[in-house]
Amino acid sequence: MESLIIEGTPKTPNVNFDLGKGILEIKGRSIPENSIEFYKPLVDWLEEYGQNPKSKTQVNVHLEYFNTSSSKCILDVFKKLEAIHKNKYEVQISWYYEEDDEDMLEAGEDYESIIRVPFKMIEIVD
Amino acid sequence: MGFNIREYYTDLSKGDVLLAYKGSITSELINEVLEAVEEKLDEGKEEGKTRKKLYNVLVESLQNLYHHIEETHDGIDEDLDPKFGILVIEREEAGEYKVITGNFISSSKINYLKEKINKINSLSKDELKDMYKFILNHQKISTKGGGGLGLIDIARKTGKKLVYNFYPYNEKYSFFDLTIQV
Repeated sequence: MESLIIEGTPKTPNVNFDLGKGILEIKGRSIPENSIEFYKPLVDWLEEYGQNPKSKTQVNVHLEYFNTSSSKCILDVFKKLEAIHKNKYEVQISWYYEEDDEDMLEAGEDYESIIRVPFKMIEIVD
Repeated sequence: MGFNIREYYTDLSKGDVLLAYKGSITSELINEVLEAVEEKLDEGKEEGKTRKKLYNVLVESLQNLYHHIEETHDGIDEDLDPKFGILVIEREEAGEYKVITGNFISSSKINYLKEKINKINSLSKDELKDMYKFILNHQKISTKGGGGLGLIDIARKTGKKLVYNFYPYNEKYSFFDLTIQV
């Protein structure tokens, strides 16, 4: 198993799942028409990672925009993390949102209320 | 024929138009529109919040068109492109925008869509949030790729009612337009 690195595009985010450090980052925009195609490798990677995770997994999600079809795929990603957390490994999701972006904060809170993993909401101030 | 698409489009494009398009709704077109709108909003120094909301609404409404537009249109004007849709973005007073999308729809689907929009319009902010979360958590993405969440998301983000019309076109099709205030 290796780290998963995907370069961002105008419609898809940067992905950097660092296997050695247990730090998983998703950053940028997620607005593809076909989000299942984009997220499948992430979900598959997490499935495998979950077999033998680091004692602590830090997840950083910093999205500028995401569309509703990505929102379901992001939930699938979080569900994999929830399974790892349920197996008594430490998992922390940091949800970054830009200053005054209440919609993005609310989106993070929606996930927080569905997924049983500790969330931290982090406002980025310019 | 009761409904004239050309006259309709010409009438729509009379205000302070930021962007107006009629033709095929493709993935490339969506890219181009988003890029063009972003550039224009940058020039205009539009407030960050409005810009984000407008961008989100555009993504959802264009992708709704993309996923739901019908490929073939029996008896529809042959000069129109396949996967025909329209998009008009108008600038209104006080930093507000109006996004109008339009597409042909099988008349048999009108009731379903009407009920869906009326339901969304009847819900409070908190009820919309609950509905969004329920669908997010319980429904699979459809084969068309849509999540069934687009309209709910638009209603949540804008806090406004969705305004729509169905114009009878021929025996099989109607033209559906949706006006979103941002």
